[in-house]
Amino acid sequence: MKKRKIGLALSALLASGTLLAACGNDDNASDTKKDDKKSFSVAMVTDTGGIDDRSFNQSTWEGIEKFGKDNGLSKGNNGYDYLQSASESDYNTNLNSLIRRNFDLVFAVGFNLHDSVVEVAKQQKDAKIAIIDSVVEGQDNVASIMFKANEASYLAGAAAALQSKTGKIGFIGGMESDIIDGFEAGFVAGAKAANPKVKVDVQYAGSFGDAAKGQAIAKRMYDSGSDIIFHAAGGTGNGLFTEAKERKKKDPKADVWVIGVDRDQYDEGKVDDKTNVTFTSVLKRVDIAAEDVAKQSKDGKFPGGKTITLGLKDNGVDLADSHGVITSDTQKKIDEYKEKIIKGEITVPEKPEK
Amino acid sequence: MSKRLTNILVPLISILLGIIVGAIVMAISGFSPVDGYIALWNGVFGNTYNIGETIRQITPYVFAGLAVAFAFRTGLFNIGVEGQLIVGWLAAAYVGYAFDLPKIVHIPLALLAAAVAGGLWAFIPGLLKAKLQVHEVIVTIMMNYIALHVVNATIATLSDGEKTEKIHETASLRSPFLESITDYSRLHWGFIIAILAVIIMWFILEKTTRGYELKSVGFNQHASEYAGMNVSKNIILAMVISGIFAGLGGAMEALGTFGNISKMTAFTGIGFDGIAVALLGANQPFGVLLGAMLFGSLKNGGLNMPNEAGIPVEIVSIVIALIIFFVASGYIIRVALERISKKKKEEK
Amino acid sequence: MEYVIEMLGIRKQFGDFVANDNITLQLKKGEIHALLGENGAGKSTLMNVLFGLYQPEAGSIKVHGKEVKITDPNKANDLGIGMVHQHFMLVENFTVTENIILGSEPTKMGSINIRDAAKKVQELSEKYGLNVDANAKIEDISVGMQQRVEILKTLYRGAEILIFDEPTASLTPQEITELMQIMKRLIDEGKSIILITHKLKEIMEVSDRVTIIRKGKGIGTVVTADTNPDQLAEMMVGRQVVFKTEKVEAKPTDIVLNIQNLTVADNRGVDKVKNLNLTVRAGEIVGIAGIDGNGQSELIEAITGLRKVKKGTITLKGKNITGFKPRKITEAGIGHIPQDRHKHGLVLDFPISHNIVLQTYYQKPISKAGIIDYKKVNDFAKKIIHEYDVRTPGEMTLARALSGGNQQKAIIGREIERDPELLIAALPTRGLDVGAIEFIHKRLIEQRDKGKAVLLISFELDEVMNVSDSIAVIHDGSIIDRVLPHETSEQDLGLLMAGQKLHQDSKKVGDE
Repeated sequence: MKKRKIGLALSALLASGTLLAACGNDDNASDTKKDDKKSFSVAMVTDTGGIDDRSFNQSTWEGIEKFGKDNGLSKGNNGYDYLQSASESDYNTNLNSLIRRNFDLVFAVGFNLHDSVVEVAKQQKDAKIAIIDSVVEGQDNVASIMFKANEASYLAGAAAALQSKTGKIGFIGGMESDIIDGFEAGFVAGAKAANPKVKVDVQYAGSFGDAAKGQAIAKRMYDSGSDIIFHAAGGTGNGLFTEAKERKKKDPKADVWVIGVDRDQYDEGKVDDKTNVTFTSVLKRVDIAAEDVAKQSKDGKFPGGKTITLGLKDNGVDLADSHGVITSDTQKKIDEYKEKIIKGEITVPEKPEK
Repeated sequence: MSKRLTNILVPLISILLGIIVGAIVMAISGFSPVDGYIALWNGVFGNTYNIGETIRQITPYVFAGLAVAFAFRTGLFNIGVEGQLIVGWLAAAYVGYAFDLPKIVHIPLALLAAAVAGGLWAFIPGLLKAKLQVHEVIVTIMMNYIALHVVNATIATLSDGEKTEKIHETASLRSPFLESITDYSRLHWGFIIAILAVIIMWFILEKTTRGYELKSVGFNQHASEYAGMNVSKNIILAMVISGIFAGLGGAMEALGTFGNISKMTAFTGIGFDGIAVALLGANQPFGVLLGAMLFGSLKNGGLNMPNEAGIPVEIVSIVIALIIFFVASGYIIRVALERISKKKKEEK
Repeated sequence: MEYVIEMLGIRKQFGDFVANDNITLQLKKGEIHALLGENGAGKSTLMNVLFGLYQPEAGSIKVHGKEVKITDPNKANDLGIGMVHQHFMLVENFTVTENIILGSEPTKMGSINIRDAAKKVQELSEKYGLNVDANAKIEDISVGMQQRVEILKTLYRGAEILIFDEPTASLTPQEITELMQIMKRLIDEGKSIILITHKLKEIMEVSDRVTIIRKGKGIGTVVTADTNPDQLAEMMVGRQVVFKTEKVEAKPTDIVLNIQNLTVADNRGVDKVKNLNLTVRAGEIVGIAGIDGNGQSELIEAITGLRKVKKGTITLKGKNITGFKPRKITEAGIGHIPQDRHKHGLVLDFPISHNIVLQTYYQKPISKAGIIDYKKVNDFAKKIIHEYDVRTPGEMTLARALSGGNQQKAIIGREIERDPELLIAALPTRGLDVGAIEFIHKRLIEQRDKGKAVLLISFELDEVMNVSDSIAVIHDGSIIDRVLPHETSEQDLGLLMAGQKLHQDSKKVGDE
């Protein structure tokens, strides 16, 4: 009985082997010689959020696509491409795969990839890797790209505090971490600066991918009187949009607003042609950053071993067009804050007060 | 049809069917099935790096499969392998970075910690089952959630951040030698431990008096009690051994693949896939090894399909699920054939 | 006389194995025709051929004189053939009516018309005196009534010919009597019946004619009135069967088992054994006679350590074993043939060889230092299989695959080989055919003759009278009398079992 089962499974494996081998006239892509290259190629590895997370990964990809198109590249080898990671154990493999396909520059999106980048960078010394939202030190072949998201969050907090009718606003975080802390700290500081009496309701969902949880938190916050909610929670934030849109649909006069994150989430807030729940979005111009780093590298100026930190001053972060939701009075105030931050007159905290 | 012929034909047909249906799915979605399968093949065997990564991927599956299979063989459903694996992972990672010891002590100690953690996590459902007749499926499922959040909270406390420190070199199962022969893959010595675990499970079940008792209690508690065996003790022990296998699976991730543990937003899925691995392997230790090989190979090979053939991960997941599905059905077909022939025999 | 069914020269083969070889069975209209054979003789195969589950390799089937091909059970249904299976095929949490219409639900505009169906079921039940409540749930009704639901199911589908497959296997004596009456009623209403059984008593009581098959071959058909149990048994087994077990006078010596003032409660805490006193001596078989549920199970469980003793003492050869764990008691020298061999006697999914060492797997020489020597296990199993005539393809065959008689022989072999001072045999012959019964009785007596003590618990008067040297009658948890079999009539024993003290003092034995 036992013997038979083993024999069976063995034959199964062999069978699959022969079959595949029969089809396999090996033209492995990774064998492509470096000399064959004509152009500078770029690729990226997503974190587990996936390429269409309407946030971070997607922004980076938009930047890479733009770079690719501007330089006449096409998707695929010797052009631009991406690989998605389904689980954390895929990061190493995916980074390796792209490096083996001889992409000149590989972006690793998100601080989750930090350890994998360190490991792969040590092994593949010829590869160039750029990691977003995390700092890798002591590796000459890794460039780190950081954003002062706290600065833009500060502006968002100020705008929300100025325009809140209830005097209460909300913040939904994904998981507690240095990066998300920055969003929270900036948002709260900006709000308090604009209106010291404003109340900020802060809650973390414990996940970047749990839209249902996001919606539940949003429901509670709106119910308890918050009218403008900012999220820095990736896919979890989609639940916030869902909740706000549902409320708006039931009552078009309802005061429910969402502040989007990372990229302009205006489209996500669309209820119908005239109505939209998006107040504004805190932009992290990952796309611009990615495009910039790609351009620099193409020109032979890959910022290896360096950390590029992009703030308001560098247009690396900003607020998105509010499509008229932010009043001109508010806008004036925001512009003042922005000026002061750029000049260094205001220092935005990176950590929330505990 | 002769038995031998059936034994060769059934798996062949089932794998072929899986490949064909997978090909249809790819073709309908507008991708080349030939390119897809070449990419899959290369993802498994294409170069030494991929071979190394494939073996690495197989290793935790072996443990998860053994854990589920051991429980099955002793009449229990351990759905909590996932949770036991996570606590084992944390325990091994902690021992790995918190102690300074020579390698010869450090690795065994870290493995032991993982085994104890996994065993302890399984002890609770075992105890509740044995003493209060609480169904182990419910308890183990709930223990999964408890494990996930307790481990996340512990990581936050231990590290004040996202992940624990990296384990010391002395606790690592990785080796420069394996890296050098597999072109920097994350292959580690855990696969040897996995094979040992397979042999150990076989030995316990097939050779020892303890294994005899565990199986007996699993099949028929009443008769076992009549024969003078301690039923509660055996239920608890079966669960704990199952949990030890699961915990060691976590140690593979801690001491091999990752070298630390990060906060998890979701389950790893390895524990749940372990159920399928165990069933594919007919709950036999060596069968589990083969089931894990199939699972791990497809999983790792599948990563190469978007990479080399540009097939989206969603399609890849469907194709892989189809192949596994058909292999499993092949097993069902065979069981059905066996049943029929057995029935005929019983008539005699 | 018209035949409703004729199976002529039926041959059915599985591989090299001939299950039915040229068997002929002719069923007259309005008769109860018994099909008699040992377990495994091919009765079920023949009926499955008739019911369309198997296709015969040779022979023909005629229904009402017309040759037919029965390709599947639906075809059999259409021909008016209905089968009452041994293992009921009922959905526990459905009502009687729902079970009966299952598979042929009467629909009205797409929804099941349950009310009309229930009415029809109730009518049928009354017509045949089945006394079934059409709206009761299966899980709430007795086994006997579940069987009547199976009968109703066939009648509902218009069966004219009913096949009863071992219908009395799981029934109580009262239910058996009722079933016999129902069968007669069915005949009065114009149905014809094939009764599959190996119980001679039932055949003699209820059937008109008997067809006997042995090892797949048709032995013949006889009119019941012209035959007797001895002749039937001989035709079935192929040799003379001794009903009256031959044995020499018992020579009881020392007391082996001594139970004093034993009180034991059941799971609900109700006292089932009350202040019971019993002694069993070496070299004698003590039969416990009694109606089911009078404390027999609790008594055995208390002796073997499976149930807590509330009060009293149990000593084995002078050693107090009260409150010992089962294993200690086994080791002290008690062998136990449990009354439910599937639940308590065997691990059905273990091979027969593993079952043979169920109590001794941890002892030398079977195992050493926690490692089992499976070669020794197999050798030991082969020896028992040989000596106790366990018919099995091999020692690695699963216990599940063996017939009841062979399973029981394996258990008896296992228990006797341990050479226990006291052998407890609880309903050791339940559901077995005459050959196996004879074998088991012989073994029990052999054990006695070797100077061991045997405690036999049985619900069958014949068995108790036949095998025991002394009978202890249990009623309501106490031994109310102890009598000698040759000095007591079945009637008196029946009265005692019902709790009535005998007026005329029969001679008491034992030392109460």
